[in-house]
Amino acid sequence: MRANVWSGRNSVQVENVPDPKILNSRDAIVKISSSAICGSDLHLYDGYIPTMKKGDILGHEFMGEVTDIGREVKNLKVGDRVVVPFPIACGNCNACKVELYSCCENSNPNAGIAEKLMGHPTAGIFGYSHMTGGYAGGQAEAARVPFADVGPIKIENGYTDEQVLFLSDIFPTGYMGADMCDIKRGDVIAVWGAGAVGQFAIASAKLLGAERVIAIDHFDYRLRMAVQKAGADETINFDEQPDVVEQLKEMTAGRGPDACIDAVGMEAVHGHLPVHAYDRVKQAARLETERPHALREAILACRSGGIVSVIGVYGGLVDKFPMGAIMNRSLTIKSGQCHVQRYLRPLMQRISNGEIDPSFVVTHTMELGKAPQGYETFKHKQDECMKVVLKP
Amino acid sequence: MGMSTARANGSGSTARVDPSALADERKLAEIMGWASLGLGVLQTLLPGRFDRLIGVRPDSKPITITRFACGLRELTAAAGILALQRPRPAGWLWARVVGDAFDLTLLARALRNRPEHPERIAAAIGAVIGITAADVYAAIQNSRRKPAQTSEEQPMEVKASITVRRSPEEVYAFWHDFQNLPLFMYHLDSVKPTGNGGTHWKVKAPLGSVEWDAELTEDHLNEMIAWRSVEGSKVENSGSVRFAPAPRSQGTEIHLELHYDAPGGQLGVALAKLTGEEPTQQVKDDMRRLKQVLETGEVVRSDASPEGSTARRLLRQRPAQPPEDEVVKASQKHMERSYA
Repeated sequence: MRANVWSGRNSVQVENVPDPKILNSRDAIVKISSSAICGSDLHLYDGYIPTMKKGDILGHEFMGEVTDIGREVKNLKVGDRVVVPFPIACGNCNACKVELYSCCENSNPNAGIAEKLMGHPTAGIFGYSHMTGGYAGGQAEAARVPFADVGPIKIENGYTDEQVLFLSDIFPTGYMGADMCDIKRGDVIAVWGAGAVGQFAIASAKLLGAERVIAIDHFDYRLRMAVQKAGADETINFDEQPDVVEQLKEMTAGRGPDACIDAVGMEAVHGHLPVHAYDRVKQAARLETERPHALREAILACRSGGIVSVIGVYGGLVDKFPMGAIMNRSLTIKSGQCHVQRYLRPLMQRISNGEIDPSFVVTHTMELGKAPQGYETFKHKQDECMKVVLKP
Repeated sequence: MGMSTARANGSGSTARVDPSALADERKLAEIMGWASLGLGVLQTLLPGRFDRLIGVRPDSKPITITRFACGLRELTAAAGILALQRPRPAGWLWARVVGDAFDLTLLARALRNRPEHPERIAAAIGAVIGITAADVYAAIQNSRRKPAQTSEEQPMEVKASITVRRSPEEVYAFWHDFQNLPLFMYHLDSVKPTGNGGTHWKVKAPLGSVEWDAELTEDHLNEMIAWRSVEGSKVENSGSVRFAPAPRSQGTEIHLELHYDAPGGQLGVALAKLTGEEPTQQVKDDMRRLKQVLETGEVVRSDASPEGSTARRLLRQRPAQPPEDEVVKASQKHMERSYA
């Protein structure tokens, strides 16, 4: 089959690879109908996530048709149309039992690597480095889905791929970002990053009853979508107004947002060039793995006693982390790779109720063979790119 | 909350020598080791200043002698005492005594050469005499043990533990059927019952297989099992596993302890580490796979690690793309049956 593989920094290519096979009795094989490029795939593309290997198939947002199942899979049958969550979770361990699916204790055969970096192992993830298991991803014609009896959600007819595809990652991820904010009536929520995850965080904050949502980014087209499609009330373009913290104080009469969502992660940019350069150089020299501008701002901006919800991806170590602000101002940090399995059904319900149509983020649809072009367009934000969907 | 606590004690090479008796001797040896390190760094990096301090004129010859004959020697001794030879660095301590004698000779010669500050050299000689006494004492203390207990011959003790979401009854029953062990202990080829609680073990080894018989030494229902190889076995070994209910009905805490002769002693362990076959790591992997087998029914496999968690595979990952048929077949040796 054809698949989009990582072939070094800033390089992916579509190659012929062996077809996926059942390796465990709870596996399914899915023939892929749609697969998306995620913002976090750009961290791999840019070479910031360690433990990548040439030839790794990328992609963790995909859906398609079940073509084969292992003998222990009872809930699915050949021909079912499914969306596959990006974290691989066994459903049996103590983490899964309390719905911490992305911390599954069994699904990562390379737990030893993750454990060294993070203290305890994390779940397997499709196409997301060897630290998260070394699983082939879904930017391909087909994929093996382990623990198919736990993860995939069956989709009834009547929905387009684009309406349900993002249940695999970005919709639940954005939703969890808002969910962790414990939103109460009257709350003001600030969201750093108006990429696809940010859009869903904004939309979810509104769904969960936020009074005002402020979107922060430096691309006008993204801020425009945040207002027009996701429902943001106000925006800050930090290229025009670099002092985001001051702006937010102004907008909240000095209080600061009740909760702040970091939907940016490790490759943030900063409005002040010298500040950006400082962290960019440290990151290039591998003195820190992250450029945490958004996170620093979110912490400093948040009202005392508020919540900082981190859904942007971080991989390792952060420098100049404002711990003093967290401690002295009683902030709460909540974070996690999304526990997608926890949100699949409730969010499918919201889609079928017509409360949200996630397809609004799609700006580009391409044939799988064009994946390298898709990565370039997405990385450089060409052509007002928000979300690329690949069709095998 | 990750409840997986695969943990092994220390370096996994803990010796079974009375630790308290060893402590004092080690402490003195370690002090001498650190002294070597400090002195060595000073002499190697700043030989001129060092010479001036002890009253020797820092010409090129004394500087060379200080840097290479003294500095590097001290650093070697420090490495030997602190890092290489555990648990008892007697040999390296005796090497220090020889070095002290060498230093005293040099200092005596320097004193005869009508130095600028004879009082400084005299002070240095006094200091070295003190150090020599301490070295001789430490060396004698550390040499006193019987040769039978050199590091080459100590049995290895390896421990690991993990929490598994199954009741102690289920875990005990699974382990008590020793035939199940090769499902997650990959170095085992097979374990077969021989009747009366006895078992016959077969282990894969680089040069053919190794086999032995083992007997149960303790068996407490749902709590503990212990076994050891019968007398006269080629590989003397023993093991015990304890099962305790984990709090908040999180299943069972499993604590495993293994004792055996490590082939090749400490050196063998060091080499094994490089290839990912180090015993502590192996047992940790065993426990991870045990958890997978008990909780999910089988060892979990990925494209990059088709045989599941192994330290060897961590070092040599396949690319994350579907494995070829031969790879799948080769990795399936351990998958003949699963546990439901």
